Amino acid sequence: MATVTVGKKACAVNPLKMSQPIGGAFAFMGLRGSMPLLHGSQGCTSFGLTLFVRHFKEAVPLQTTAMSEVATVLGGYENVEQAILNIHKRTKPEIIGICSTGVTETKGDDVEGYLKLIRDKHAELANFPMVYVSTPDFKDAFQDGWEKTVARMVEVLVETPKTEARRDPGRVNVLPGCHLTPGDLDEIRTMLEDFGLEPSFLPDLAGSLDGHIPDEFVPTTIGGIGVDEIAAMGQAAWTIAIGAQMRRAAEAMEKKTGTPFKLFERLCGLAPNDEFIMFLSEISGHPVPLKYRRQRGQLADAMLDAHFHIGGRKLAIGAEPDLLFDLSSMLHEMGAKVTVAVTTTQSPVLERILTDDVLIGDLEDLENLARERDCNLLIAHSHGRQAAERLKIPFHRAGFPMFDRLGAGHQLSVGYRGTRDLIFGIANLVIADQEDNHQATPDTWRTGESEARVAASAAMMH
Amino acid sequence: MSSLSATIQDVFNEPGCGKNANKSEAERKKGCTKQLQPGGAAGGCAFDGAKIALQPLTDVAHLVHGPIACEGNSWDNRGARSSGSNIWRTGFTTDINETDIVFGGEKRLYKAVKEIIEKYNPPAIFVYQTCVPAMIGDDINAVCKAASQKFGKPVIPVNSPGFVGPKNLGNKLAGEALLDHVIGTEEPDYTTPYDLNIIGEYNLSGELWQVKPLLDELGIRIFSCISGDGKYREVAYSHRARAAMMVCSKAMINVARKMEERYGIPFFEGSFYGIEDSSDSLREIARLLIERGAPDELMARTEAVIAREEAKAWAAIEPYKPRFKGKKVLLITGGVKSWSVVAALQEAGLELVGTSVKKSTKEDKERIKELMGQDAHMIDDMTPREMYKMLKDAKADIMLSGGKSQFVALKAAMPWLDINQERSHAYMGYVGMVKLVEEIDKALFNPVWQELRRPAPWEDAAKNWQARAMAQMDAEAAALAADPQAAEKARRARKICNCKIIDLGTIEDAIAAHALTTTDGVKQHTNASGGCGACAGRIEDILAAMPALPTPTVPLLQAAE
Repeated sequence: MATVTVGKKACAVNPLKMSQPIGGAFAFMGLRGSMPLLHGSQGCTSFGLTLFVRHFKEAVPLQTTAMSEVATVLGGYENVEQAILNIHKRTKPEIIGICSTGVTETKGDDVEGYLKLIRDKHAELANFPMVYVSTPDFKDAFQDGWEKTVARMVEVLVETPKTEARRDPGRVNVLPGCHLTPGDLDEIRTMLEDFGLEPSFLPDLAGSLDGHIPDEFVPTTIGGIGVDEIAAMGQAAWTIAIGAQMRRAAEAMEKKTGTPFKLFERLCGLAPNDEFIMFLSEISGHPVPLKYRRQRGQLADAMLDAHFHIGGRKLAIGAEPDLLFDLSSMLHEMGAKVTVAVTTTQSPVLERILTDDVLIGDLEDLENLARERDCNLLIAHSHGRQAAERLKIPFHRAGFPMFDRLGAGHQLSVGYRGTRDLIFGIANLVIADQEDNHQATPDTWRTGESEARVAASAAMMH
Repeated sequence: MSSLSATIQDVFNEPGCGKNANKSEAERKKGCTKQLQPGGAAGGCAFDGAKIALQPLTDVAHLVHGPIACEGNSWDNRGARSSGSNIWRTGFTTDINETDIVFGGEKRLYKAVKEIIEKYNPPAIFVYQTCVPAMIGDDINAVCKAASQKFGKPVIPVNSPGFVGPKNLGNKLAGEALLDHVIGTEEPDYTTPYDLNIIGEYNLSGELWQVKPLLDELGIRIFSCISGDGKYREVAYSHRARAAMMVCSKAMINVARKMEERYGIPFFEGSFYGIEDSSDSLREIARLLIERGAPDELMARTEAVIAREEAKAWAAIEPYKPRFKGKKVLLITGGVKSWSVVAALQEAGLELVGTSVKKSTKEDKERIKELMGQDAHMIDDMTPREMYKMLKDAKADIMLSGGKSQFVALKAAMPWLDINQERSHAYMGYVGMVKLVEEIDKALFNPVWQELRRPAPWEDAAKNWQARAMAQMDAEAAALAADPQAAEKARRARKICNCKIIDLGTIEDAIAAHALTTTDGVKQHTNASGGCGACAGRIEDILAAMPALPTPTVPLLQAAE
């Protein structure tokens, strides 16, 4: 069992963490026709926006209530009202998702109250879908913002079925954590469909940020799950939650609709996918398709081929809790030693990470510990690049943001196939590093001691 | 020490800014900060602007005092380059939590400064104020003063919390921080008659180094660059320079002007984008240095270098001329860079079919008109669909713009080139302009466009989204052409003010009914330009065109329709 410690520095250096509100906004991006809105100063939005655009290389909708100093002090009702009216009139969204920020939370704006007043005052908004989540920047992290937002969507947007009797056995809800990519969601969708199941993803980033070309230029999200489909999620037979962060939303779903849930903390690795596939087989009544039997074989073979390279590697990994748990467990199963683990926020999975201690800290901690403990494999989001350069060890980019490489939205880690490709990717990094930086030379095994012995014997011969 | 609001007032009162000088007293007080529109605003905050302006100082630790959002969401995201230290790329933040909000964050800030000095020992630390600590009353000036004294090292407060205004105000507040706390605090080892400050240049993609060899050859020393590839000490002794060049529009005009006032360093506003602009700037530099005591022969040497470099650049561009014959470019970018690039593109044989004037000043617009002729289409706030139609109608073969509009072009399978700050290529000076032409060639003739324009084999090409969008727009245009009444209605329905959603008709009626002659009058009666203010220029154009009514008012706007 790992000990979880919280860093004690006054100054975070090279942050690993990103803020809660943009995690919340990210969740709203998985809804169709959605306009996420941050209640804060315009910089709160523009920083987040830049980050998403650089990661996905797509147009990203994100608006701001543009709080000025005076508005912040006096309270933001008018800004929230104007922002909603403007967005509603100009971009014609199907839903507006609002997240608070540090500046409006410090003042203590009662946004739920504002929304009530706005609905009363403007008839056109009386029944318009709006979801508000409290996400102060000075608490928690990106993953928490996502967690709270999806749970809130369930509470607000899902309808309690009128009759308990008819559940559709073919329909399944999927609540994916923020560590999954649009590519991962598509992979999971395919798996469910291969078992004859019909999934609804909340949120569905695969519909909005997978890079497809939309039919119309719209200023809102160009796809994702619709508000009507969310409302009907209560009729599904099962909810599948992926990542421990989704427990909250899954419980909210169960409480509101009675739909039972099954939580998969991991979908990367052999055993987690065995469990997942068998669960799908069980709830669908379908035998496991030949395709997955073959894919399992391919993954097993990949693990055989790659364990030579990954086995014994000392891993330093910095990631949000669920991604950290998923990737470090899989690499542990491949023989890597999880030597340094740094994360951003508390989570029940942290103490189950297969290492001695987990630090809630930053990339400076990750870099220093990796150097101290002589690690030779680094995993972090793109901001780990500076540390990798200085440490001169192979660096695998995982998580958000990934702004200095292409294909962030399609990097796979789920399923037999996704795990297989990920293992190949990491093993190839290790091989390349070995070839580039660690080729044997005549002096590789020469030590100071052996030098001395050579000198001594030379002296004897004379 | 003046309060933040006093500093902001002072910045707004910039006499060196032509735009500002033309304003009334009351208007000036309101500043150049446009009222931000909730739900309709884009762009960074004042903190962002301050950080952009100062972060390129390479050997300084930039410490952000605030919650994780301000630094965690934004660090290491700029393309500036350093020839030495890389500490500027390290993200430092106090990452304040709930406890700090309740008890105040000053202690944490002080400890953070201490930690940075112990671990990294930079020559100076810049401390950036953000909204939350500003609200709870953390006095960063006091903390910085105490820390400076205690640790014997400059700790500079940069008072520019996000909610005081937009990015461009932040640029200026950053300049004020340098003026108040850095410039003039150290002395250089030696000076020469060839010492030049460059102000407002950030060395993005290392583009300053495209020009530096020429300055080196002329013996002109970049004494201090504020702030691209700059070092703290160089800024601290920059008051001993002989002359200064101010680049990048008016972002740091306060620094240039106040250094002239305080230290008698004359400056000019110039640009190294474009061949002729580069030559003009080199000449200006030589002229100012000679005025301040450099030998006259500098001008002759400068002219020789200019002649050589121009000839080389034009010769390098020459082979592209036949390839570019008949190719049309849509240029969409903010402000000054537009006109400085236009001439070079035209020289390469490209035809400019439009350029945006969103952030340009009136002078800029005049210059663009002058360069491109009266029939230039200036596209102000084009919608993505209009932009697409423009590209698609084969009015344009390639779009040059900043990152934000790129997706319109790319999704339409049209060549596109990034010419704003996020770009990965350097386009400054003579070599930079040749590079730009090269890149345009590469983009234009890439066979990938042919590939991508081929519809999916199962798709009915006549019914795909592009075809539908075009058909829709064509049908609209045809319907209007056939029905003058509807055309007039459509003309009047054109949205002028996007924030307040005011159409042309409403404004024309108000002008006619109240005999208005100023944008302020129009604003009073219609609320147009009461939001972000970007449409003030359009309203001026409408006012100018009014007597000739009801002929179509602004020919320039037709490109977008």
